[in-house]
Amino acid sequence: MFRRLPDTVARRAIAVTIDGAPASGFEGDTVAAALLAAGTSDFRTTPVIGSRRGPFCMMGVCFDCLVTIDGAPNQQGCMIALRDGMKIERQHGARDVG
Amino acid sequence: MTAAALPDNARDTAAACDVAVVGGGPAGMSAAIDAAALGLDVVLIDEQPGPGGQIYRAITTTPVRDRGILGADYWRGEALAATFMRCGARPLFDTTLWAVERNVDGFALAVSNNGAARLIKAAHVILATGAQERPFPIPGWTLPGVMAAGAAQILLKSAGLVPDGPVVVAGCGPLLYLIVAQFHAAGVALECVLDTTPPGRWRQSRRMLAEFVRSPYFVKGWSMLRRAKSRTRIVSGVTQLRAQGAGRLENVGWSCAEQHGSVPAGLLLLHQGVIPGINLSRALGCAHHWDEAQCCFVPTVDTWGASSLPGITIAGDAAGIAGARAAEARGSLAAFQAAYALGSLTLEQRDARGHASHHRSDGNGDSPLRALRRFSLGRAFLDEYFKPPRQFRIPTGDTVVCRCEEVTAQQIVDAVSLGCTGPNQLKAFLRAGMGPCQGRMCGTTVAEIIAHERGLSPAETGYYRLRFPTKPVTLAELASMPKTEAAIAAVVRK
Amino acid sequence: MSHAGEVEFAIIGGGLVGVAIGYGLARTGRSVALFDEGDVAYRAARGNFGLVWVQGKGNGLPAYSNWTQRSARRWPELAAMLRDDAGIDVSLAQPGGFQICLSEEELALRESKLARLVAQPGIEPYTFETLARHEVAGRIPGIGPGVAGATYTALDGHVNPLRLLRALHFGLRRHRGAYLPESKVEHIRRHPDGFMLDTHDRSFVAKNVVLAAGLGNAQLAPQVGLAAPVRPQRGQIIVLERVRPFLHAPMSQLRQTDEGTVLIGDSQEEAGFDDTVGLPVLATMADRAVRTFPALADARVVRTWAALRVMSPDGYPVYEQSADPPGAWIVTCHSGVTLAAAHALDLAPQIAAGVIDSRLQPFASSRFDVQKAA
Repeated sequence: MFRRLPDTVARRAIAVTIDGAPASGFEGDTVAAALLAAGTSDFRTTPVIGSRRGPFCMMGVCFDCLVTIDGAPNQQGCMIALRDGMKIERQHGARDVG
Repeated sequence: MTAAALPDNARDTAAACDVAVVGGGPAGMSAAIDAAALGLDVVLIDEQPGPGGQIYRAITTTPVRDRGILGADYWRGEALAATFMRCGARPLFDTTLWAVERNVDGFALAVSNNGAARLIKAAHVILATGAQERPFPIPGWTLPGVMAAGAAQILLKSAGLVPDGPVVVAGCGPLLYLIVAQFHAAGVALECVLDTTPPGRWRQSRRMLAEFVRSPYFVKGWSMLRRAKSRTRIVSGVTQLRAQGAGRLENVGWSCAEQHGSVPAGLLLLHQGVIPGINLSRALGCAHHWDEAQCCFVPTVDTWGASSLPGITIAGDAAGIAGARAAEARGSLAAFQAAYALGSLTLEQRDARGHASHHRSDGNGDSPLRALRRFSLGRAFLDEYFKPPRQFRIPTGDTVVCRCEEVTAQQIVDAVSLGCTGPNQLKAFLRAGMGPCQGRMCGTTVAEIIAHERGLSPAETGYYRLRFPTKPVTLAELASMPKTEAAIAAVVRK
Repeated sequence: MSHAGEVEFAIIGGGLVGVAIGYGLARTGRSVALFDEGDVAYRAARGNFGLVWVQGKGNGLPAYSNWTQRSARRWPELAAMLRDDAGIDVSLAQPGGFQICLSEEELALRESKLARLVAQPGIEPYTFETLARHEVAGRIPGIGPGVAGATYTALDGHVNPLRLLRALHFGLRRHRGAYLPESKVEHIRRHPDGFMLDTHDRSFVAKNVVLAAGLGNAQLAPQVGLAAPVRPQRGQIIVLERVRPFLHAPMSQLRQTDEGTVLIGDSQEEAGFDDTVGLPVLATMADRAVRTFPALADARVVRTWAALRVMSPDGYPVYEQSADPPGAWIVTCHSGVTLAAAHALDLAPQIAAGVIDSRLQPFASSRFDVQKAA
């Protein structure tokens, strides 16, 4: 769905995992951008009726880009900077407590 | 370009200030620059990691090297951001504002940064929170693969990402063709542009045409449109859109008067204008009114950005859509108003500064008042010409209206016929507006559906009642806020 | 029923109290019209926590505990009726409820208050348990170390209050009751056939009028020779994002809804008509909630509420009928959810029959004169 422009400023590569599989992005990416660049376009299923959702607005307004990061659920992927070693997981339905 | 060195967030030192500016886009930066220049202690709060807001998103860090891709209007933000970073205001980036309380000597702003919440005191608050995409509810718009056109711009600016695979752009408004131009410059081929501007709009809007032709928007818009038409298939006068696919977008169905079609696509970018972000101003209790020309609720402010509440000024697109250049001017005016409200300027001094030319080196020499007038010229035409067609503002049937709670247009219509007279009763009936987005994606649509069903204006039927927190905050962060004796007595009763 | 025609029972107020009475009356076959305000009204009914709660109520007025217990016992009946009439399941669950105490002092005070309550003469006694921390932990996994204990009764439960409101409205319609929104009753006058109700643009004649207008009752009651000295009392509520089911039994300060969201209360403030939220109270409730369930610490607050309870001077309901002219009734309380069953199934038939039962005599407003004199 998205690819990197070839002519860009050199940025540091960042290694993360997406649903347990190794993936990478660049310094400056948001988690959502890195997921899209890695070919992941659906991020979760809703807690209401289990619909598939992916990011819509990329600016923190739609709350559809929610993913679990390092075990913490319902994080807005478009508002969080990618960091080394992040464990990013797609979500299914409502979060757990504890 | 290399990223400019950003100062660390002022961590524990930003406990109090004269003016808190909320939002680091053109209005916020401009307000901070002028308030600081007047000797006021200014803190600027923004969720992003650096200045720019959305229109100048990632202006100090964009990985995109070729300046021709994003265009001159974007790069204008570079000088403004540089001026802001050295103006003496204290920027708090990666910081989310979620509540504002009024107290004896001004305001307490509850913010979160890196999972920790704290309060910042300010004598005056300038809201410069900008705009958001107008909701564009079409059948299937919740499918993965359907995004706001602004989202693609953000991905381009902040991560150097462009669409890959078949992409369709649909909607109306000046931004649509800006994005098409940017994609062309970046080497992205589009399947087509589905333009929903109704044919014959020229006739309706022509009384404003004279003004538009004199405005700064005319030449730019015209040339973008011409260039786009020469390179991409454009379907005009589209009256219906549908995103289709099993679990993700697979194709886009469309119709116009003479024909219909279906385009295989992996990405559909929707855009039909922007509307002010009003959650903060509503939760504060500022007065708002329905703007019939722009079909959205807008805070009620005067020329200087003064809202209905003392101590709160609103600048930029958050005060009403007028674009980035007007936002800069309004930021300056809001700063002068804040200074006047705080007693640093007399009324005459405030007015004089508003009329003063060459007032900043990164500007074009106009006084803020004149710049505001100049960049408001032509907006009436744009508003009228690009007013989204009714069927895309007031959906029907199974089209999802509240994305968070998955409430459809038909459910809303049914609730109105059962006696739901406004959005707040509707919330109680259907949960529409009760999700994490707090009505940002559905509020305007719900307001228009209810008004349409009742044969009234949204001015009469109203909008969701909103309260703090205006952004989700964790229970622990909320629990960490100060508690008073009275509050404890109210909760822990014998 | 034509709008300008005559109505047997006009009910003023479309909140839980009014619509429960209206539903009950309509089910007896009476012609009913429910007059409601517009979209931005104080609407205590939208700020409900959703408890069907017996524990701790009626300390000072045993008749209130009895009335509340009766309502809780008849709630399953109401729920079944609404399922049939409105096709809506209001998610009633009555697994018993807990009041959590975060210190030994709180627990001791709570226990002695309940002991006094159930020992009052004239009360229908019920059992309650005082649970030490480990006992609470045994029944509710995830309780935090800061919990000192809790009191529990088996009579308590919860329901979906918004769905209840909707179901009652549907049920009213189903039994041919009329609902008139945007029809705030400004004035009530005598009329040869009963009463004349004036809204801003129309007038209606009704044989009987039931004042269930919440805070609006204070101004309307004297117009029919009754008194409803009610004042607003603010309560604030925190709502958390949806969570997989982790809490089945309600607590007086925290419960998980059938939709998965978590509601946190419970506050009482004298704030006049100010229905805005305030950080100090929210923070206090949030702090207690985190101490109760530490695992909720990183759950997100998606919104907050403040609503104005309709408070009489002693906090108990006012049920009264007018003497001269007859045919006017006052119904006011701040527990519209708990008492919905009693209102629909017990009080409404009394109103239909024209006489309020002597059991409800303790709820007449004349008690305030006695209280004042005492």
